[in-house]
Amino acid sequence: MEELTSTSTPKKGPSVPAIPSVERRMFLRALGLTTVSAAAFLTACQNSMNDVAPKYSGARLSADGVSFGEGDFAILNYAYALEQLETAFYMAVIEKKTFAAGSKEEMIFKDIHDHELIHREFFKLAIPADKRIGDLEFDVSSIDFTNRREVLNTARVLEDTGVAAYNGAGPLISKANSIYLTIAGKIVSVEARHASLISSILQPGGGLFAGDYVVDNNGLEKALTVSEVLGRAGRYIKTAINPASLLALESSKS
Amino acid sequence: MNLLGIFSQIEKADPEIGEKMDYSRRKMLKTTSVAAAATPMFFAAMVNKAFAAEGCAGDAIAIVKYALTLEYLERDFYRAGQFKAGLLPAGTRPYVVQIAKHEAQHVDLLEGVLGIKPNAMQPKYNMATLNAALADYPTFLTYAQALEDTGVRAYKGQAACLLEEDTATSRTVLAVALRIHSVEARHAAAVRYMRDLRVWPSGGQNGTEPDPKVYMDEDQGTQGGANLVDFFNMQENKMKLYSPDMSTRSVYESFDEALTAEQVLAIAGPFFAAPM
Repeated sequence: MEELTSTSTPKKGPSVPAIPSVERRMFLRALGLTTVSAAAFLTACQNSMNDVAPKYSGARLSADGVSFGEGDFAILNYAYALEQLETAFYMAVIEKKTFAAGSKEEMIFKDIHDHELIHREFFKLAIPADKRIGDLEFDVSSIDFTNRREVLNTARVLEDTGVAAYNGAGPLISKANSIYLTIAGKIVSVEARHASLISSILQPGGGLFAGDYVVDNNGLEKALTVSEVLGRAGRYIKTAINPASLLALESSKS
Repeated sequence: MNLLGIFSQIEKADPEIGEKMDYSRRKMLKTTSVAAAATPMFFAAMVNKAFAAEGCAGDAIAIVKYALTLEYLERDFYRAGQFKAGLLPAGTRPYVVQIAKHEAQHVDLLEGVLGIKPNAMQPKYNMATLNAALADYPTFLTYAQALEDTGVRAYKGQAACLLEEDTATSRTVLAVALRIHSVEARHAAAVRYMRDLRVWPSGGQNGTEPDPKVYMDEDQGTQGGANLVDFFNMQENKMKLYSPDMSTRSVYESFDEALTAEQVLAIAGPFFAAPM
């Protein structure tokens, strides 16, 4: 079994006060991963996983919550929401100084932040204002930003989730707007490169970059449903969400 | 260019589909020569756009055969690399094995989609090209990167074709193609990482390139009608980035571009034996 913790380095940056957390460990448990690689990963975390319980799982859902809208706009807003979350996460990593200033890892996370922000601003430009969700609020305080490995693993999970979300949502786009699928395809492969890069930092020289926990025995990466994505990423979304229109679109196509 | 040669090999392997391939070939040659339509501003303006996916390899079955051809090449490239004595330095094998495993799985899967026997459509290779690509480890990585980045661009280029076809077959193939596409992107980034390159393609950041066509038109500043290079050259937008001075490169890196079937086969062509 591959050891996933071979790159730990001493923290050099200024220490950041620990953020109270009741569920950061549960984030890992909630992944629902079942393969050997995931099992190895979870085993490594097991010691700290038995003392907490989830306050809630996934997004805050409410009939009064933010709706993604109808038709293809629901898909675009879904992507926009994920890009907003990713941007907020990477900004927190940089601002909370998980990685030493000027380190290679900090540079990589700055690069990834900038890509996610460009994706976010692209969707903001591309979706007409009257069809577009607003700026979502996020709460990433459950993440221990002083813990380098937790940050790397959270980044990996977010990227894996983003890729699988795009893989799942792509076929929902209407054929009249196939251009959206083409553009989503341009973005998703960049997210997959992020996932690969972060995984290579976590496990240099190993197979985690396209690990068996995300790529099945047919060589296919995961495709996640909206519910699965909200179950994973939604815990960081503070704004209440009403995914009804998106779920209806999804069920109409399945 | 060996494009037609590749297709005639496939037809030899499976003569029953000749008629379909004729259709595919006509459609492909027709569609790839159409200049890109002027892009309207932003998505909302595109709702009534006629179906116009360009560069399709044909219908869904033809696209599977096209993808399978590329997967055979990738699989057999890595297979040859794995078994060439002394090629892979110590410690690099797990990376290569993981990639090679997926390429073999993709071949098996796509053969399954077509309902053909193992290797029934395996192309004949130009062994001189293949051997040269395996000359030494740096050369191997150079070609691996070219094949992976081309693979990403190839799958991306067929997605809209499959969506527009909108048949039971095309929907199945699309779901599969998207899930292969992201795996190829993970591979591409991993190979680039092994070469100590930035893992996102952009001009000047791709290392030694065996073929400049691999990254042709990869640097795009405008997406869906939105000029992002201009947008991020504006001071208030630029300053949202951690690397404001690199905003143009970051825009290029943030979007991977597609290639048409014709462009991809022009890149892959030298690996295949000339048609009889």
